[in-house]
Amino acid sequence: MSMDMNEIHAIFFEESFEGVDTMEAGLLKLDAQSTDSELINTIFRAAHSIKGGAATFGFSAVSDFTHGVETLLDQLRSGQRQVSDELVGVLLASVDVIRDMLDAFQQGRNPDTDAIARCQADIDQQLSGERASAAPASSAAATESLAGEWQIRFVPQADIFKTGNEPSRIFRELSQLGELTVNTALQQSIDFDDIDPEDCYCQWQLTLRGDVARDEIEACFDWVRDQCELEITTPTLDAEAATAKKNAGSVAPAPLPAAVSNDEPAARPAAAKDSGSIRVSIDKIDALLNLVGELVITQSMLARFGDREQTGSTQGLRDGLMVLERHTRELQESAMQIRMLPIGASFNRFKRLVRDISAKLGKKVELKLSGEETELDKTVLEKMSDPLVHLVRNSLDHGIEMPEERRAAGKPETGVLHLSAYHEGGSIVIQVEDDGAGLNKERILAKAIERGLVSPHEQLSEEQIHQLIFQPGFSTAAALSDLSGRGVGMDVVRRNITDLGGRIDIRSTQGQGSCLKIRLPLTLAILDGQLVRVGNDVYIFSLRSIVETVLVSPAELNSLAGKGSVYRLRDEYIPTVRLRDYFNLDCEQPSATYLERGGQLMVVVETDGHRVGLFVDELLDQQQVVIKSLEENYLPVSGLAGATILGDGSVALIVDVPSLVQHLENGPETMPDPTATPESNAA
Amino acid sequence: MYQQDIERSSSDDQGDSQQYLTFMLNGEEYGVEILRVQGIQGWDSVTPIPNSPEYVLGVMNLRGEIVPIIDLRKRFAMDTIPYGPTTVIVVVRVEGSDRTRTLGMVVDGVSEVYRIDNDEVQAMPEMGRQLRQEFVKGLSTVDDKMLILLDVDCLLSVDDIAKDSHKLAASA
Repeated sequence: MSMDMNEIHAIFFEESFEGVDTMEAGLLKLDAQSTDSELINTIFRAAHSIKGGAATFGFSAVSDFTHGVETLLDQLRSGQRQVSDELVGVLLASVDVIRDMLDAFQQGRNPDTDAIARCQADIDQQLSGERASAAPASSAAATESLAGEWQIRFVPQADIFKTGNEPSRIFRELSQLGELTVNTALQQSIDFDDIDPEDCYCQWQLTLRGDVARDEIEACFDWVRDQCELEITTPTLDAEAATAKKNAGSVAPAPLPAAVSNDEPAARPAAAKDSGSIRVSIDKIDALLNLVGELVITQSMLARFGDREQTGSTQGLRDGLMVLERHTRELQESAMQIRMLPIGASFNRFKRLVRDISAKLGKKVELKLSGEETELDKTVLEKMSDPLVHLVRNSLDHGIEMPEERRAAGKPETGVLHLSAYHEGGSIVIQVEDDGAGLNKERILAKAIERGLVSPHEQLSEEQIHQLIFQPGFSTAAALSDLSGRGVGMDVVRRNITDLGGRIDIRSTQGQGSCLKIRLPLTLAILDGQLVRVGNDVYIFSLRSIVETVLVSPAELNSLAGKGSVYRLRDEYIPTVRLRDYFNLDCEQPSATYLERGGQLMVVVETDGHRVGLFVDELLDQQQVVIKSLEENYLPVSGLAGATILGDGSVALIVDVPSLVQHLENGPETMPDPTATPESNAA
Repeated sequence: MYQQDIERSSSDDQGDSQQYLTFMLNGEEYGVEILRVQGIQGWDSVTPIPNSPEYVLGVMNLRGEIVPIIDLRKRFAMDTIPYGPTTVIVVVRVEGSDRTRTLGMVVDGVSEVYRIDNDEVQAMPEMGRQLRQEFVKGLSTVDDKMLILLDVDCLLSVDDIAKDSHKLAASA
């Protein structure tokens, strides 16, 4: 039984945290726009649910505290009070307190009573003005001690209705005894198809406040005693305390208990319907995705088989395989979609962050958001949350200047911080851009020299200087603040991003602002691939990275400083590399096929606006591949993004185009020279 | 899962002995703790990984997992022989500094399973051999045969592979 209670508690916490988020989001909007009654209602409802739930489960500290908040919101709702910055501030602070309390209770800690008391004082101060007129009559009852509080768990058997028993009648009877709160839950998850409308699938958790004897409660359940599980407990610790408070205990008849019992269960499904979502554990989704991945492999295995058997009798088989392929792909796509979440929820947190930090720093900042609907893999989203907070803080703290500085620089007093997300090629880009002071090159360089990261005589390009901020232990903030500037961070930010297979670039103009661009893979699990043969092995390119393929004759390659060769692709010289040299593959088999036609096959790939030509031996199929990690059992390999399993069960390696391109650009001297390889010239 | 764990701990507790799977390599008999062995796989073609040390043959698909395959003869710098019908891959669990990995090692053929008391394992004598001291947990004798008990965590350590890969990159 205690197991059940834990589960119910878990649901309560989950719902309450959601409620807190709803309140926060609502309050932040309230701050920006004019009074919108629906918005206030939403906030009020969230507060109300938290209060109700907390009271039900005996977290009286939460319910008592939330009560004050609810009262304030109720006055807002009825127009007795106007929205003011001060009020929103108090409410936001109390949202934090509620969240802390919930957090503490969830982890079995004691909440920070000082913070609660401070916030309570603020609320009381706000309330004291119009309190007398506005406080609802039931407030005294709600904040009363737990004296004479009964917890009743009522789990009827499925056929209870057939014997003519109606739970709501029992509840009405109970409500005559004291103040009754009713919470409904499903006994188990049910399949919609299997529902028998005459069966009961619900269970109830009732809280009865008042001076009531156990016998009286039991009497209400007399008719259903043998058809239900019934547990009547009291959280009040000992009987003496209960009797001592007997007289003090509120016997006030609950205003509308019957209405509450009808209201609550009705309100809950409605709220759930709004988002139209269910909770599924990530493990289940991953198991599903793995299965789908295996299915894709099996499907391509069958497809190969079908292709090979080219006789008339197998026509039906091949048709079937084509349908299977389409369905498999759709199944895979929708399974992938389950893991995708819009980034908006993550962005919304920044409204609060920006509001608080800019107020603290005395800066004026406008937060612009765009691309909130861009969807990202849940894992990626979670792992990006801390790095983003860090970047935003940095921008506010070091980037955007104080209003007077901005005025002096001829800029508007209010700085703009722009958070955006969008798709670009095969990746998702998240951008943090501000119109602040930009990176201070001199200061970064001076700091780097002081820390011994670079020698004083070194000549660094602007970009190289910018890259220095990603060095561990680097900070240039003139004075350390508690927000940022302690030199832990940018290196961690970069590591988090590279761990996800992404990269971060920085662009900054002194005096005009900076822009940090985070590029992340669309999904961690699947890729539209172009299979190519290099030597004896099959390699895979992401189809999105390929611009075109060209046949290049050796004469069209120009040697550059004797270190590499470039190819003139229309008006642009692009560096080229022979993949079999890059990967040090020793294979006797010359790349004959295309040489006969007077050229070698070159795949032109692009990443971040940089183009590179890669020589391969043969173009093979295009197919979707499931990305498997090489690191899981081995190591990260430079130039490879992972591996996949082909239809015949063999493993093919996936080329990491961005890292390959970067490698080519940063270290051309390590690249073997394609023109120098003997076999191409000899053949 | 739990069942497995229980079995494991109980077999660990059984006296102070361990079971070893032994295999042949260049006429010598080597043993690995049987609890580390995840399976034995017939030789199949592997996909080579670029820029990896010579003893890393490549990766293979083992029930949907990408598993690196190490040639143990090459790892010990022994002469290589063509793979024959008895050539197998022993798939083992390797505890690394960061996580547990699964790797396969190619050996000439599997031999026996022995239970060996921990007291019967003696340290390897100091020898100026190619076989690195830390690869070997100890030596033991069964039926007058010498068994070389290997420490797979050290033998198949990816940190070592990483170091060797870097050396390779530097020399290239």
